[in-house]
Amino acid sequence: MIPGEFTYHRPSSVAEAVAILVSHGDEARPLSGGHSLIPMMKLRMAAPEHLVDLGGIADLKGISEDGGTITIGCMTTQHELIGSDLLADKLPIVRETSLLIADPQIRYMGTLGGNVANGDPGNDMPGLMQCLNATYVLTGPDGDRDVAARDFYEAAYFTALAPEEILTAVKIPVPPAGHGYAYEKLKRKVGDYATAAAAVVLTMNGGTVSSCSVALTNVADTPLYAADASTILTGSTLDDATVKNAVAAAEAITDPASDGRGPAEYRTKMAGIMMQRALARAAERASA
Amino acid sequence: MNDMTPTREQREAALEGMGCKRKRVEDVRFTQGKGQYVDDLKLPGMVFGDFVRSPYPHAKITKIDATEALKIPGVIAVLTAEDLKGVNLAWMPTLAGDVQMVLADGKVLYQNQEVAFVVAEDRYIADDAIQLVEVEYEELPVLVDPFKSMEPDAPVLRPDLEGKTEGAHGPRKHHNHIFNWEVGDKDETAKAFAEADVTINEMISYHRTHPSPLETCQCVASMDKVKGELTVWGTFQAPHVIRTVASLLSTIPEHKIHVIAPDIGGGFGNKVGAYPGYICSIVASIVTGVPVKWVEDRMENLSTTSFARDYHMTTEIAAKSDGTVTGLKVHVLADHGGFDACADPSKWPAGFFNIVTGSYDFPAAHLSVDGVYTNKAPGGVAYRCSFRVTEAAYCIERAMDVLAQKLGMDPADLRMKNFVKADQFPYQSALGWEYDSGDYHTAMQKAMDTIGYRELRAEQKAKQEAFKRGETREIMGIGVSFFTEIVGAGPSKNCDILGVAMFDSAEIRVHPTGSVISRMGTKSQGQGHETTWAQIIATEIGIPAADIMVEEGNTDTAPYGLGTYGSRSTPVAGAAIALAARKIRNKAQMIAAHMLEVSEYDLEWDIDGFQVKGNPEARKSMKEIAWAAYHAPPPNMEPGLEAVSYYDPPNMTYPFGAYFCVMDIDVDTGVATTRRFYALDDCGTRINPMIIEGQVHGGLTEAFAIAMGQEIRYDETGNVLGASFMDFFIPTAVETPHWETDHTVTPSPHHPIGAKGVGESPNVGGVPAFSNAVNDAFQFLGSTHIQMPHDSWRIWKAAKDLGAHG
Repeated sequence: MIPGEFTYHRPSSVAEAVAILVSHGDEARPLSGGHSLIPMMKLRMAAPEHLVDLGGIADLKGISEDGGTITIGCMTTQHELIGSDLLADKLPIVRETSLLIADPQIRYMGTLGGNVANGDPGNDMPGLMQCLNATYVLTGPDGDRDVAARDFYEAAYFTALAPEEILTAVKIPVPPAGHGYAYEKLKRKVGDYATAAAAVVLTMNGGTVSSCSVALTNVADTPLYAADASTILTGSTLDDATVKNAVAAAEAITDPASDGRGPAEYRTKMAGIMMQRALARAAERASA
Repeated sequence: MNDMTPTREQREAALEGMGCKRKRVEDVRFTQGKGQYVDDLKLPGMVFGDFVRSPYPHAKITKIDATEALKIPGVIAVLTAEDLKGVNLAWMPTLAGDVQMVLADGKVLYQNQEVAFVVAEDRYIADDAIQLVEVEYEELPVLVDPFKSMEPDAPVLRPDLEGKTEGAHGPRKHHNHIFNWEVGDKDETAKAFAEADVTINEMISYHRTHPSPLETCQCVASMDKVKGELTVWGTFQAPHVIRTVASLLSTIPEHKIHVIAPDIGGGFGNKVGAYPGYICSIVASIVTGVPVKWVEDRMENLSTTSFARDYHMTTEIAAKSDGTVTGLKVHVLADHGGFDACADPSKWPAGFFNIVTGSYDFPAAHLSVDGVYTNKAPGGVAYRCSFRVTEAAYCIERAMDVLAQKLGMDPADLRMKNFVKADQFPYQSALGWEYDSGDYHTAMQKAMDTIGYRELRAEQKAKQEAFKRGETREIMGIGVSFFTEIVGAGPSKNCDILGVAMFDSAEIRVHPTGSVISRMGTKSQGQGHETTWAQIIATEIGIPAADIMVEEGNTDTAPYGLGTYGSRSTPVAGAAIALAARKIRNKAQMIAAHMLEVSEYDLEWDIDGFQVKGNPEARKSMKEIAWAAYHAPPPNMEPGLEAVSYYDPPNMTYPFGAYFCVMDIDVDTGVATTRRFYALDDCGTRINPMIIEGQVHGGLTEAFAIAMGQEIRYDETGNVLGASFMDFFIPTAVETPHWETDHTVTPSPHHPIGAKGVGESPNVGGVPAFSNAVNDAFQFLGSTHIQMPHDSWRIWKAAKDLGAHG
């Protein structure tokens, strides 16, 4: 449980950080909250020779709204997400999800950027960002490029992020006022990754679903945007038969690992149950 | 007398003696981060040792090449089994009569086994060097399933035992067989089964888990080559035994070995045995002449040093149709891993598992235990229990529920019907124990009344009906557990460790000013001995506990003792303390008589001093007597005021308790929520009720963890899974249920202060309460037994298999 030798960098600007990444290529890794990378280094499953700590870059923190989009800097901690009045008002599901991540000590250090960029299927924010149809801003030597959260994840720990790029910000379109939302997470204990989790955001109009978005966490080697389930639910009254169909459609796209949380069969079923419960809660919260 | 003269009550209260909820004195340093643990120790020139470990569970080692590792600046040495052979330490004896490799000698028997010991100037360099030690392995067929260990073509795990048909505990019947242990009357038991109206037969497994103390195993060994003296600081629950073993193994005379156990961050049985890390550190210090520190990390701790349980118990009960039990038959398949390193008293290969008749009056019983080797880590320690008592309590408590179900009887009523009655004590059990005391019916009735047992059953019935009608997806279980423990090992007639009788000791020295230093052969790992030992002395000799210093763990200063595990401290050392204190009081009485110019027979003890019978104004306090002992002792009497006592207990003690767990289970997710948990403990005389309550809370939390998911798992190829706190279930405050505690008091008749020990009761009684609650919940769907651990997915699977998912 002792990492190998590495050089520690603490740049004060994004440009400087990118320059360090460019000069060291695969041998460098950006460090945000460190909750994934540092344990991997202690186990010597990751052995970057250069660690680029983003904690000294003031520009990478903060939450702001502009023209129907909320932008969150990558180094904004989960603790800060929980404390944000703006998010509580406009995107309460972010707060709800953040509160289900680990424990307060971890949330003081853990960041939104690190959580979404690392590509760990156990993380909660990637699924939520797919549910919210967020966009990631990737900053590299050639400037910024935008990648949709729904297109970002390729496999466990493999993403669209290039070695010389930093995921600097997350842009989230603000859902309509009165939307319903819920993040349901089944876990063995505080601090654990989800056995299965589901994010739901929907809007209702007179008992009918006018829009719906469902995403799943930790039931495949990437987060899953449940497109078919979302389509099936849209336009329905959330009657039992439709919900059952949608759950089946969502379960069909899962491909979880069998591990200490349970066999694959169980985790798939739990994804369905979490989705069902999230749907019910979201519908209850939505203004008609 | 004036207003300033303290009343008797005030004098009594000032002592903070037995029965007082005295705050733990050790917590002052622990809560301020001022404890002194092994890893806090820094000695000049100290270097660090760390292990190269095997990635394979079963493999031949064809080559170990440390050339590249030794090239790293700061790497001092890389020890292998070949080096240890030079000092005859490549293998070491285990407490169970087996031998165990210190470093892999030609092969490995479990994943993460110690292969080489790297010594370097710091931990970072040591870990870098580990990556560069080249080891060539040749994989061998892996044996994981204990039920397949004695098949004819099972892989040979221990070529060193080839041709050995006799083990430490009798004949071996297969190359992977360790021992068979039989107790009880086979014919009488067979007769009971032949004549029974009702029988049950259930294979009840208690899965492999681990004590996982907060602080892992660690040590610092320092050899002074000039003086020829070895000092070892370590995480030792039994430091004196470690010193004796170290002397026997190293041939360094025992008086030139100084073993010191400083503050210990939890043990739970993990720190009883001797581990390769200790031996290698000692050898490395002898070789290098500088102090060597070894500190296990969490994964090493969970995957190599001392698992617990792994007992597979085929259990049969014979009964009459009215529920009266007539016979018990248990066969245990015990998975010991690659070496039999159980930490039991030497003559007891399955510990005190023959307490398996529990709290019930079985006229006939027979027990047979077979120990086998598998490709798993060695251990088999008593994780917060007396030796194999938790397994036994789980076995009988689960089986009694299965019997109740078959009879259509309420499980609490079935227990009541079969309890050993209060007037039967001392009670001779069919498997050979003499239970010293108990009043089971009173305890059970109090528990049932307090929790509202009948009302809960009515509620459960209504919920079951609602579930069947499809109105709810939640079911309810009521777990009943009534356990009897056997603790306080133990009487020299049947308990020893490597030949040393399992007595314990206390030395008490009263200073001239009336304060006290006292030392014991035990070693607290969090039990609070510094607090409670002082309370016993305070009551016995009338000196305030606050003026009594308690010291343990330094083998140079403390009297020889067998250490702290198996709830033995209070039953054994607690008695030694009381008896040493009484020696002091006897001498004090003679001194007081001299001071008051009366016969000692004219004096009576009164709280904190002696007074003349019928004239309480004529009195001498212990403080005055202490001064006199050094200043003007009676003629012909030795000055000073101190005493030593070594206590060989006449019997074990038998704490018991009634635990109830009320659980709600979400059938669709398998999530179980403990609604209530009530624990009534009878540990005899209660020394510090607050510490007892703390012990019960801690033990119940462990029981909850074990029953509901804490497990060391292996996959079918022998990979150890979940050897980190990601997967190994340590509940946080969020998951932990609320505990309701209660008690009755049935003092031990043979113990000087009537105390029985309590630290382990909640683990022993708690596990069956949780498991019975889960099992009870599913009974109405046709289930008889669901194996532990009861984590959510397994509960969900049980529900699915019972058709509860529609």
